[in-house]
Amino acid sequence: MSTTAEHPRHQTVELDRVVIRFAGDSGDGMQLTGTQFTAASSLFGNDTATLPDFPAEIRAPAGTLAGVSAFQVHISDHDILTPGDAPSVLVAMNPAALKANIGAVTAGGILIVNVDGFDDRSLEKAGYASNPLTDGSLASYTVYEVPMTSLTMEVGKEAGVKPRDAERSKNFFALGLVSWLYSRPVEPTLEWIGKRFAADALVLDANTRAFRAGYNFGETAELFESTYQVRPAPLEPGTYTNVTGNTALAWGLIAASHRAGLGLFLGSYPITPASDILHELSKHKHFGVRTLQAEDEIAGIGAAIGAAFGGSLGVTTTSGPGIDLKAESIGLAVSLELPLVVVDIQRGGPSTGLPTKTEQSDLLHAMYGRHGESPVPIVAARTPSHCFETAMEAVRIAVTYRTPVILLSDGYLANGSEPWRLPDVAGLPAVDPAFAPAPGEGDGRAFQPYERDPETLARPWAVPGTPGLEHRIGGLEKADGSGDVSYDPVNHERMVHLRAKKVAGIAASLPPVDVDDEGGPGSAPVLVLGWGSTYGAIAAGVRRIRARGLAVAHAHLTHLNPFPPNLGEVLRAYPAVLVPEANLGQLVRLVRAEFLVDARSLTKVQGQPFRAAEIEAAILELLGVDPATTAPKEDVSS
Amino acid sequence: MTDTAVPVTTRKDWSSDQEVRWCPGCGDYSILAAVQMLLPDLGVRREDTVFVSGIGCAARFPYYMNTYGMHSIHGRAPAIATGLAVTRPDLDIWVVTGDGDALSIGGNHLIHALRRNVDITILLFNNQIYGLTKGQYSPTSEQGKVTKSTPFGSLETPFNPISLALGAEATFVARTHDMDRKHMQEIFRRAHAHRGSAFVEIYQNCNVFNDGAFERITGRDARAEHLIPLVHGEPIRFGPEAEHGVVASPDGRLRIAEVAEVGEEAILVHDEQREDPGLAFALSRLARGPFEPTPIGVFRAVDRPEYGEAMSRQLLDAAERRGPGDLEALLRSGGTWTVES
Repeated sequence: MSTTAEHPRHQTVELDRVVIRFAGDSGDGMQLTGTQFTAASSLFGNDTATLPDFPAEIRAPAGTLAGVSAFQVHISDHDILTPGDAPSVLVAMNPAALKANIGAVTAGGILIVNVDGFDDRSLEKAGYASNPLTDGSLASYTVYEVPMTSLTMEVGKEAGVKPRDAERSKNFFALGLVSWLYSRPVEPTLEWIGKRFAADALVLDANTRAFRAGYNFGETAELFESTYQVRPAPLEPGTYTNVTGNTALAWGLIAASHRAGLGLFLGSYPITPASDILHELSKHKHFGVRTLQAEDEIAGIGAAIGAAFGGSLGVTTTSGPGIDLKAESIGLAVSLELPLVVVDIQRGGPSTGLPTKTEQSDLLHAMYGRHGESPVPIVAARTPSHCFETAMEAVRIAVTYRTPVILLSDGYLANGSEPWRLPDVAGLPAVDPAFAPAPGEGDGRAFQPYERDPETLARPWAVPGTPGLEHRIGGLEKADGSGDVSYDPVNHERMVHLRAKKVAGIAASLPPVDVDDEGGPGSAPVLVLGWGSTYGAIAAGVRRIRARGLAVAHAHLTHLNPFPPNLGEVLRAYPAVLVPEANLGQLVRLVRAEFLVDARSLTKVQGQPFRAAEIEAAILELLGVDPATTAPKEDVSS
Repeated sequence: MTDTAVPVTTRKDWSSDQEVRWCPGCGDYSILAAVQMLLPDLGVRREDTVFVSGIGCAARFPYYMNTYGMHSIHGRAPAIATGLAVTRPDLDIWVVTGDGDALSIGGNHLIHALRRNVDITILLFNNQIYGLTKGQYSPTSEQGKVTKSTPFGSLETPFNPISLALGAEATFVARTHDMDRKHMQEIFRRAHAHRGSAFVEIYQNCNVFNDGAFERITGRDARAEHLIPLVHGEPIRFGPEAEHGVVASPDGRLRIAEVAEVGEEAILVHDEQREDPGLAFALSRLARGPFEPTPIGVFRAVDRPEYGEAMSRQLLDAAERRGPGDLEALLRSGGTWTVES
């Protein structure tokens, strides 16, 4: 095998992009397979976008539909925005994986099935009355039947692995086969297998052999007529890495703390899909990162508030019901006016809901989910790599304005990955904690813990250990300035206004919202306004509309509270505004209330991200255009 | 152990300018005085001292201390103090809490702070009643207690805070009461000196909603007969003539006996440093409630690594092994590729 795969017996077909979905039992290692295929493709130079989709159960009963785990990856020779609407290739390790995913595969797509998995019992478990491989029901697809299990066990036996264990390497066989089919270089994957399984020589050997066997099977078995090639994408020059949203978020927090010269403290309780941030930060103790796996969600944020009081960068991470539990403590942080970052990786709700599925349904919770007038700034990441800069931005706001900030990500961004052009570390923004200094000799005036900076309205961050600044803070209402407990009605109203004004005033530090409108701002008949992880689908949907020769504009919000200062002006410049959200219409409510514009809502709450086609259809409908009359002038991919 | 560089202070230096607003006659006043008068003796600085509290009458305590302080939310003080303690091991952190705050809404945080052995000193003001919400029964109220929320009597078995702390792996567990400043200060001094979580239950009188709850044992005339002082290395004896003592029954339970009857050598010698908390637990069960002879003093004081220090050591070890954090290297740690222009 060589890096520049030559296939003398096969012709190579050039593709501009391909969407592949790996599907199997949750114990089959599909996430690992997909992740490594993505990594190899990124290293090769493709643009990539991924969509992991797995059940909440760790191991649902094997062979059942409930236990199917899938990983979709979109690789292309140009820049792409989404993991693809529909896979054109499905790798199915068993009948359940086929059944659960066949509906998504494009007409005429390729099915690569592990034929060994299609025994009567497995077919029955998946609910197949007859074998789809033989009953003709897959006639519209190109089906490749590969005996992955038996071939893997064969090479496992050579390695000296017990048959039971040998079978477990079959995902590496699949990875090898698909790597061959799509002309992926093998070295990076072999290297990765070597590192990943270094602890167990036998497993390493078995996986390596299975991977090679899969690759060689493609080469030698006269099953495939051609291989495919997706050339590198002309990405912006630079150094790239592949990053998931949760990793990027963790790194953004480390970078922000590093640049601010603040110790990073994370208080967190394990919860899907946020736990990976806790895992990632726990690895980086040499950055001075302290992590506490707290006894519950409330302790997680409580400890972060304690750390913030002591002058650290306090962070807590959570999802779903965890953000409910933190509400009271966020209110305390609003009252204390201490910097704090609260990360919410949104997932399907209410209650336990859909722990592993994505949703954008916590926006109004972030905005209003506390008693009393309790304003909190909100930022949202739009892509996996954007989680890095959004984390830095959350820290900037928290530290500059002495306030809790809620950072919204979601399950799709958390687990999805994309190539990320690494920023220049020296050029990363640095925020100054500006701790209150100890008073000098003769400063007779008593320290005023709630005296405000005239510009930001932020109060001093006076940390214990500073002589002369001893003070008490708490959840009871404060007297303006002195911070003493005050029940004075007029003071309370003044403080409520001051806290609201401080948060609203953050807008002055924000860049105007950027509008992607080819004809110049206000020229298109429709503006699509999005926030968070709908970015890729909206941008791709907009491309499709433009490929039809139609005009549409797109604006995407990172700052949800306060909004960028020019948002009202932007919204009013368009006759129609469409707001797609993975909820029942939360941002749309906020902009309608704030700006009195007749924005329309497009909603999807299936635990899955929007498809570009869904956005496209909604825009066409709003434009009053029949999709059939305006065929795209060019094939555009998302 | 006074550090010469620490300025000499008096109670006044440790008192804030805020008017103390507990009910006249509340036991909290004597605890506040005991703490304010003790602190000048401890060789600590005001700026390095932090009082953290939750919600309840006791939780107003930080406002009256001229130190750093936080009056937080109900039950959460141990969690907040944990975050502060592990990031600021240089500080001297006290948690002031009550029986409702620590044992009801905040029970989870209390037991986990104790289990972790975070370096904080926890003062639990136990008055066996909810005061701030005006008189409902608390998790330490006796069964049958008639209150506004239990007009027909409480159905619940109370917690024994000492037993609870011992069960939660606490390394320092003690009891004192608000009628004896000297004893309080001796216990607070020990608790403050302890490395790790120190748990002190203070029997505190709420003269408005539960007046006299402890009078049968802490009243001036009752103490000799009803308070059993625990002294490390000494036989556990009490009574005006030290005529009573604690002995172990053959079935393992502890009971009170007359020294004259059982002989001096039969009296249990108190060992607060026993690794096994069993005997301390048995001592905590000696009295069924504050109406019969009750041990006070230090039940348990053992050494176990302190949580914040252990966490700091992990950070130092990591920095030593991997060098200081390098952002550039971090961002490249997942493998990179370069796109040429």
